[in-house]
Amino acid sequence: MTKARRIYEKIVTGILFSSSTITSLTVILIVVFLFREGIGLFNTTPTEKNYVIAVSRQNTVPVITSNELADIFNQDITNWKQLGGRNDSIIRLTLNDLSGIFTEEELGPNLENFPQKLNEYVKTTPGVILYLSKEYIPKNFAGRIIPVKKISLLDFIFGKHWYPTSTPIPQFGIWPMIVGTLMVTFGAILFALPFGMATAIFMSEIAGNRLRTIMKPVVELLAGIPSVVYGFFGLVVLVPLIQRLFGLDVGETVLAGSIVLGIMALPTMVTVAEDALNSTPKSLREASLALGASELQTLFRVVIPYAKSGISTAVILGTGRAIGETMAVLMVTGNSTHVNYSFLQPTRTIPATIAAELGDTSFGGVHYNALFALAIVLFLFTIIINLSVEVIKNRNKEVNQRG
Amino acid sequence: MDTKQLKQKIVFTIFGMMSFVVVAILVIILGFIVFRGIGAISWEFLTTAPKDGMTKGGIFPAIVGTGCLVIGSMIFAFPVGILSGIYIHEYLPENWWKKFLRMMTNNLAGVPSIVFGLFGMALFVNYLKFGDSILAGSLTLGILALPVVIRLTEEALKAVPDGLRLGSYALGASKIQTIQKVVLPVAFPNILTGLILSIGRVSGETAPILFTVAAYFLPRLPESISDQVMALPYHLYVLATSGTNMEETRPMAYGTALVLVSIVLIINLSASLLRRKIQKKNKMN
Amino acid sequence: MTHAEVKNVNVWYDTIHALKDVSLKFEPNTVTALIGPSGCGKSTFLRLFNRMNDLIPSFRMDGTVMVNNQDVYSKEIRIDEIRKNVGMVFQKPNPFPKSIFENVAYGLRVNGINNKAVVEETVERSLRQSALWDEVKDVLKKSALELSGGQQQRLCIARALAVEPKLILMDEPASSLDPISTARIEELIFELKKTYTIILVTHNLQQAGRISDLTAFFYLGELIEYNLTKKLFLNPDNVQTQNYITGRFG
Repeated sequence: MTKARRIYEKIVTGILFSSSTITSLTVILIVVFLFREGIGLFNTTPTEKNYVIAVSRQNTVPVITSNELADIFNQDITNWKQLGGRNDSIIRLTLNDLSGIFTEEELGPNLENFPQKLNEYVKTTPGVILYLSKEYIPKNFAGRIIPVKKISLLDFIFGKHWYPTSTPIPQFGIWPMIVGTLMVTFGAILFALPFGMATAIFMSEIAGNRLRTIMKPVVELLAGIPSVVYGFFGLVVLVPLIQRLFGLDVGETVLAGSIVLGIMALPTMVTVAEDALNSTPKSLREASLALGASELQTLFRVVIPYAKSGISTAVILGTGRAIGETMAVLMVTGNSTHVNYSFLQPTRTIPATIAAELGDTSFGGVHYNALFALAIVLFLFTIIINLSVEVIKNRNKEVNQRG
Repeated sequence: MDTKQLKQKIVFTIFGMMSFVVVAILVIILGFIVFRGIGAISWEFLTTAPKDGMTKGGIFPAIVGTGCLVIGSMIFAFPVGILSGIYIHEYLPENWWKKFLRMMTNNLAGVPSIVFGLFGMALFVNYLKFGDSILAGSLTLGILALPVVIRLTEEALKAVPDGLRLGSYALGASKIQTIQKVVLPVAFPNILTGLILSIGRVSGETAPILFTVAAYFLPRLPESISDQVMALPYHLYVLATSGTNMEETRPMAYGTALVLVSIVLIINLSASLLRRKIQKKNKMN
Repeated sequence: MTHAEVKNVNVWYDTIHALKDVSLKFEPNTVTALIGPSGCGKSTFLRLFNRMNDLIPSFRMDGTVMVNNQDVYSKEIRIDEIRKNVGMVFQKPNPFPKSIFENVAYGLRVNGINNKAVVEETVERSLRQSALWDEVKDVLKKSALELSGGQQQRLCIARALAVEPKLILMDEPASSLDPISTARIEELIFELKKTYTIILVTHNLQQAGRISDLTAFFYLGELIEYNLTKKLFLNPDNVQTQNYITGRFG
C-alpha cells in the first residue's frame, strides 16, 4: 500500500468516526440544553425581574411562597393570620393602585414626594403588601422586602395552576398538563388498540395475499400524512361532529384529541404488531391445526402468546407516538390549562403547551425556563418508553435463546 | 362442536369489519382533503403569494420555504447520517461504543418533534445566535431526520451479503476499497429509498420549525440562509387556527392541505415504488 | 379397522402438476415409508391425509382420499374433525412455548376436553407411550423449550398421540436430530406400530429400510413403485427405483 493511500484511508476513517460522534453528541447536547434552560426555573424567584414584594416592618411573616402570593392577590387569603402572622387584614398595593391612595398633588409633578409618602403609608398600614418595581423603592425604605421562595419540584409537578404570565406572581403547576397528556394518550390507546390489533390480525392471519398487498400500503400512507393535516381534519370535521353529538359548547375536547391521536398511532401499532404476528413460526401454526384446533384457537392459544412481546412493543411504541405528538393535539383539544378529568372538556397536553406558549416568552425568562422544564418531563416520558421497549426486547431474546 | 366454527366465523368477521374501518378512515381523510381542496388549486394558487389577510392569492412562498428547509436539512442529515451508518455497521466491532451509539440513535428517534424544536431554539437561535433563520430551521430538521437516515443506512448495509465483502477481501482489497467498490453500490438503492422516506418525514413537520424559522406571513422569497421563510405545514396551521377571517381563509387552508398531502404522499409513494422495483430485481437475480 | 386409501389423486400448485394420478392403500398397524428425491411430491402426498395442503392458497386437487372409510375431502366432513383423527409429527421439533404438560394437553383443550382427571390421565398415557414420561414426570410445569431436541420431538409425538388418532403422519421426524436421539425415535416408531398406522416421509434410505414394512417410491409426482420394503430395497421391480436406491440419482 502506498503512503498516499494509507493517509487517504486514515482520513476517511476519521470522517466516518466524527460523523458517528456527531450523533451521540446531538443527544447529549439535547439533554444538556434542556436541563440547562429547564433547571433555571427552580433556581430563580418566580417574580418578574426587577420587581420586589415588600411588607410592613411590623409584619412577622418571614418568607412567602409563590402560591401564597398568588392567593393573596386573588383575594383567597385576606388576613396575615392565615399565613401565621399578626391579625391584620391584607391590603394589596401595586403601582396601579397608587392613584387611588395618593393624589397627584401629594406626589408632586415629578413624583418627587413619592418615596416619603410611601414610607409614611407603609408605617401606618401594618397589613400592607407591596408589589413594585425596584426603582420605586425609597433608599431609606420603612418597610421590609420579603423574600419569595423558589419554586419546588413538588409545586411544579403537582401544582394545579398554570398561569405563566400573571402578575405579580406567575404560577407554574403542570398537573393540568400531566393529566391532559395522560388522558388524551390513554383515550388514544383505548381507540387504537382494538382497531390496530384487529387490523394486524386481519392482515397477517385472515386476509388473503391480495387483500394484504392492498392494505399494507394503505396503512403506510396513513403513517405518512403530516400531523398538522390530521389536526386540520380533526378541527374541521371531528370537532364540530363531537360538539353536535354531545350537545357541547365547544367541540375541542379530550375526546377529539384522543380520536385524532388514536388514528395517528394506528400505523405504528399495526405495522409492529403485524411483524410480531408474522414472526410466529409456520411450524407452530401447523402443529396446532394438525391437532384439530381451529384458526381462531390457533390464533389465541399459539400465535398471540408467541408474539406477546412484539405486541406489547407495538402498544408501547404507539403510546410513545401519542405522548409526543404536538400539532394535531394543539389544534383539537381546546387549550384549556384547568385541571380536567372529563373526556368531554377541553384540555392541553405537555407538547401542545410548549408549542402554544414558547413563541410568547422572552429568552431566559422564568416562563421560558418553565417550558424547558416541561420539555424535560416529556423527554423523561419518552426515555421511559424507549427503555421499556429495550427491556422487553432483551427479555424476549433470553426466552428465545433458551428454546 | 359446530360452535367452534361459528365462533371463529363471528370473531373473524368482527376483525374484518374493524380493519375495514381503519381503511375507511384513511379513505375518508384523503377523500375529504382532495374533495375540498381541489377547488382552491389553480396556477395562481401555486405561484403567487398570499394577500388580503391570507384570504386570496396563493402559497408560493410557503412551497419555496418548505423546499429550502428540505434541502437544507438534507445537506446536514444525508452525509452525517450515511457516514455514521457506515461507521456503525462496517467498522465498529460489537463493543460498548457501538451499543452506546445504537442507544443514542434509538433515543433520538423516540424524542418528540417539539423537543427538537425547543432544542433548536435554545442552541441554534439563542445560543449560537443564528436567529430565526433557514439555517437554524434546517439544522433542527436535519437532526430530526438523522436517526431515520442512520437506521435505514444500517439496514441497507445489513442486506448486503457477507460473501461479497469476503470475496473482495480475498482479492486483496482494503476495507475502504471494499466498502466503496462493493458494499455501497449494492446497498445504494436501499439507502436511496431511506433518504426519500426521510425527505417525506421532514417536509411535513411543523413543531421543529415553529420557533426556529417559520414565518407567519412573509410574501417575499428568502434571499439568504439567515432569512425566515414560510413553510407549508406551518402555513396550514396558521390558516386553520389563527386567520383573521376564518370563513374566507378556509378554501386556502383546504388547498394548502391538499398540496402538502400530495407532496408528502408522492415522496412516500416513489420510495415504496423504488423499493418494490429493487425487490423485484433482487428476485430476478 | 384402520384404513387409509388414496384413489386417483392429482394435485396442482398453480400450473405445477405435483402429484400425478396416485393410488395407494395402507395396511393397519404398519409403517410405510415414502421415499424419493426432493420435490418428488412425497410431502404433498403425506399432507393430503389431514388436509394441511389446504393452507397453501394455490393448492388444487382431485381424486379421493379415504381415512377410516371417510372421504377426507367431502364437503360434509369438518376439517378439524379429520385433523383430530390424524396425528402429525413435523420435520423439526415444534413444541409450543408452553409447559410440557400444556403441550400434550393442547389437543384435548382445543377439542373441548377440559376435565382435569381426563386431561391428566391422557397426558400421562401419551408421555408413557412416547417413552418420555420417566424423564419429565417431575418437571411437567417446565417450559417445553428447555428440553433437548430429541426430547422435544418425543414430546411432539406425545402431543399427537393425546388426541387418539388412528393414523400418524411423520414428516422426516428425525432429520434434525443426532444419531442417538434418532435411534430412540426409531425404537419408538417400532413400538407405536402395534397400535397405530404410520406413514413416514424420509430422506434417509437406511432409516426407511430399518423401520418400515412397506415403502413407496415417488419420482416427479408419480408413484413409481410401492412394495414390501425388503423387496423394494433388495430386488425392485422398477429400473428407476433401482437407480435411486443404488444412488445413481437423487
